[in-house]
Amino acid sequence: MVTKRIIPCLDVKDGRVVKGTNFMGLVDVSSPVKLAEYYSKNGADELVFYDITASSEGRKLFTEILCEVASKIFIPLTVGGGINTVEDFDRVLKCGADKVSVNSGAIRNPGLVEEAAKRYGDQCVVLSVDVKRVDGVFRVFAKGGRENTGMEALEWIKRCVGNGAGEIVVNSIDTDGVKKGFDLEMLDAVCNIVDVPVIASGGAGCMEDFVTLFNSVKGVDAGLAASIFHYSEVEIPALKKYLVENNINMRI
Amino acid sequence: MIAVVDYGVGNLFSLKSSLASIGAEAVVSGDEKVIRNADKILLPGVGAFEDAARKLRECGLDKVICDEAKKGKPVLGICLGMQMLFEKSFEYGEHKGLGLIKGEVRPIAEVIGEGLKIPHIGWNALSFPKNKEKNEIFKYLNEGDFVYFVHSYYGANCEDSVIATSEYGANLTAAVASGNVYGCQFHPEKSGEVGLKILKAFCEL
Repeated sequence: MVTKRIIPCLDVKDGRVVKGTNFMGLVDVSSPVKLAEYYSKNGADELVFYDITASSEGRKLFTEILCEVASKIFIPLTVGGGINTVEDFDRVLKCGADKVSVNSGAIRNPGLVEEAAKRYGDQCVVLSVDVKRVDGVFRVFAKGGRENTGMEALEWIKRCVGNGAGEIVVNSIDTDGVKKGFDLEMLDAVCNIVDVPVIASGGAGCMEDFVTLFNSVKGVDAGLAASIFHYSEVEIPALKKYLVENNINMRI
Repeated sequence: MIAVVDYGVGNLFSLKSSLASIGAEAVVSGDEKVIRNADKILLPGVGAFEDAARKLRECGLDKVICDEAKKGKPVLGICLGMQMLFEKSFEYGEHKGLGLIKGEVRPIAEVIGEGLKIPHIGWNALSFPKNKEKNEIFKYLNEGDFVYFVHSYYGANCEDSVIATSEYGANLTAAVASGNVYGCQFHPEKSGEVGLKILKAFCEL
């Protein structure tokens, strides 16, 4: 049976990994290539690279780094950040990305998901969505979680899956950074309305949070986190061993 | 020299890089001469069967691959490249394949039962058939090693050539071999160390 996945997320700005500065055992802790190699050798099932650069020079540098990563690391790579057009898909796919994650780009241009899915296949298009409760309703937020779009999150997700999004990353703004566990209620709501893989993001603080995630929300396929892995608060090999001990199917 | 067949389908960056990383001499080419002169042929592919099979025919490379395979040259199809080795596919209609491996390509929805997501995407364990010797492309692998899958269709009615399966609601065909023709439903170029070991073994054939 297909395993649950553990995915570290690397935010890259001007060629360096942000939040990577406290990484144990590595000399150059903010090198995307070195971090990616480290994770690949230490049990990561997939890597997500997020380009948080705004400048075009930064974007060019990101693309070069991506090529270098993809020429050394042979596990699935997802790339997001600054994906607004099909040309952006093309740019990162040519550098060895396997999946492309869209967020604000899809909100600005609702045709993007469909267009990209038709050209590259559903499996290539990942919808990343930042969700926050507003008066008890799940709303989609844009611009890195700063702006309420007013859109109802479950409807938005359903619509994008209908248009060909092959995987959903659900980032709960409510639990993000709190380190008290994933947003089980929100994830359950999403898993109930879609039949594509769902990746949980936001809130992981310890190993137990992943056990709770996979045991409580059976439809969730993967857990994504950044700083707890970068700061070695949770080591992926130990995490996966712990999950297996708790009868969760993992690639060891 | 390994020729990675370039017929305008999919992204060959990772495949090329993974071959380079194991020190294999490889060239990505859609040129008949290059493919005929290579020692081995690697047929990649992503996307829809009909579209890919048409593109391969339009390049005239379907005949080249079949000719070379019949001469005994090792051929390895990956993902959709594996599916194209079969006689036919039932992905959106009925389409003719290369016919190098007996069997057909059918939707996994017919066999996996309800409650499982389609496509079958992610890491899954390989099992080797008990009644056969482990195939030489798996000589560096162990039963239960994990590889990375992304597919909604599978090789059916091909029992004689199945050399590995993965359990996903059913024992799905994970790899096939018939003489010098090999196919992997999963992506060795995305399966970490395990995948590289398979490519290495193919290069050593």
